[in-house]
Amino acid sequence: MTEAATEAKLSASPLAGAEPFAGDAPRPALAAQGLGFRYRPGAWILRGLDLSFRRGGVHAVLGLNGCGKTTLLRLLLGVLKPQEGRVEKNGPLAFVPQLFQAVFSFTALDMVLMGRARHIGLFSSPSRRDEKLALEALARFGLAHLAPRPFAELSGGQRQLVILARALASEAQTLVLDEPASALDLANQALLVRRLKSLSRDDGLTIIFTTHMPQQALAVAEDVLMMTPGGCWSGPVNEVMTEENLARAYGAEVRLVEFERGGKKSRALVSLFVED
Amino acid sequence: MKNPENRPAGPAAAEDPAAFSAQAALSDALDASGAIVRRPGGRWLLPALALSLLAAMVLSLLIGRYHVPAGRIAAILLDSVGLGSSGVELDEAIVVRTLRLPRVLTAVLSGMGLALAGAAMQGVFRNPLVGPEILGVSSGASFGGALALSLGFSGGAALIPFAFLFGCGALALAFLLSRLARQSSTLGLVLAGVVVGGLFGALTGAITFLADPETKLPGLVYWLLGSFAEAGRDGVAFLAATAAVAGVPLLGLAWRLNVLSLGDSDAAALGLNVTALRWVAVTLAALFVAAQVAVSGGVAWVGLVIPHLGRMLVGPDHVRLLPTSALLGGLYLLLMDTLARTVAVHEIPIGLLTSLIGAPVFAFFFVKLRGRGWSHD
Repeated sequence: MTEAATEAKLSASPLAGAEPFAGDAPRPALAAQGLGFRYRPGAWILRGLDLSFRRGGVHAVLGLNGCGKTTLLRLLLGVLKPQEGRVEKNGPLAFVPQLFQAVFSFTALDMVLMGRARHIGLFSSPSRRDEKLALEALARFGLAHLAPRPFAELSGGQRQLVILARALASEAQTLVLDEPASALDLANQALLVRRLKSLSRDDGLTIIFTTHMPQQALAVAEDVLMMTPGGCWSGPVNEVMTEENLARAYGAEVRLVEFERGGKKSRALVSLFVED
Repeated sequence: MKNPENRPAGPAAAEDPAAFSAQAALSDALDASGAIVRRPGGRWLLPALALSLLAAMVLSLLIGRYHVPAGRIAAILLDSVGLGSSGVELDEAIVVRTLRLPRVLTAVLSGMGLALAGAAMQGVFRNPLVGPEILGVSSGASFGGALALSLGFSGGAALIPFAFLFGCGALALAFLLSRLARQSSTLGLVLAGVVVGGLFGALTGAITFLADPETKLPGLVYWLLGSFAEAGRDGVAFLAATAAVAGVPLLGLAWRLNVLSLGDSDAAALGLNVTALRWVAVTLAALFVAAQVAVSGGVAWVGLVIPHLGRMLVGPDHVRLLPTSALLGGLYLLLMDTLARTVAVHEIPIGLLTSLIGAPVFAFFFVKLRGRGWSHD
């Protein structure tokens, strides 16, 4: 894995409750075998990575800064080519990047329309049907009124939702999001999490997102892929995200707090910023 | 709804599904005609610009030291295409057919090509400071032309292909260099272009330095400054051919350029073959630059500035920006050339005028329209 990995004090033993990747899921939405990538010889960012995201549901990818989450996403998307292994896709992916800034001042509608690129011929422009679909995708997130507004003048939360609408307009069945909530305030984080949940539940999309905020995974994900220097582990959120596993993965002390909300048991995560 | 808890007011609250009617917002975003959202500039801007360009061409044919009445110009033009031949005088026909008409067409086609190429390149390179010269193409073509002149070739038929081939050669060299350096990124391509442009610039300097000051130098310097005075049928045919071969596909790719301008990884994630598309778009744009330099020498400024003006008028969508820029570029260069050949006793070099008048004109629009079309953060 990373160079930092050799120095890390984390145990390389399997995390309790998590199964190493088995590779037997029937036609996963997205899978990779023996994935290895490096920018220069000798410095592997990722190596020997096996993973599989089943179809449907919300999947969170957790891991420390610099553990290769973003590199993994770029490999899965095909933006980077792996030196080892391969990626298997079940249809095209739609991508929501971490921070989005356009050089040109396109309107929100123009931005959403670009999600239609796979459906628009090389020498063609968006048709009225494309425009209608783009508007509907915006309307889905309550942003149709922003269609003619310049994208750059929208708030961070609105921009993130516009890019999410773009992914929806692409009609891809799998959505990949890179730290979608990292730049958002609490209200917009909550909104985004609900939108992701709804896209999975109501539209049957497969949602894969990275985050360095485990509480988001706890709130929305069904499955978790945890990238640690000792290896990658995946499994259902309740089994993988235990206090012990999180403490080992992050090297920081955390507590899981259980509470009742609307007659349903929920869990939340608290990090303890304690001195050594 | 299932959000009974109090959430803080703000953008998120406004987006609450309960408070929002998709249909109402959808119809708000539609204009009276149905499915299309209003675009800056409206639907009449392009036809208006096209008509203005045609009108300017007719006016420019009328203006000149040798007076030819408007009626007779019409007769000469009709006669040229084989319709009626009443009242055509030979002197006037020569002035209009072999001097003014090729010159007007050269100026218009050059301006259109440069502005189109500039708009496309700024999109591909995602950079407002990029001109169509960025890849060293115009330096290469200038060198080719200078070489041809110093070798004793003159006249369009020999000079144009020579300069054009060197322009294309410069582009190939820039591609090769970026390829060798394994830098297919935008920045790698630009750096390679700067290197190639610098090389050909130096070579052109060497030719100028070594040229015989009595016989070769004046013609060389005059050509390098750029002029439409030598415009002839060869040049017009060459530019028209370039417009057909490169312009049609480039306009066709306009919407793809929008996606490409989002950046490599985003465009790739949206399904584009980024490297191939960038090379195709850049090559098509470079053909315009090479052809223009080959026909009329270096004319700076148009390809850099006109696209900005276009963006201020119609926004950054290349589907509208490319044709708008082309029409503005044609109009602008025609206007400048008409001034260049009429305001003074001696002809003013066009490159000088484009900058001298272009800068304040651009400054005016820049202030007036507050740099619309670019992101501000």
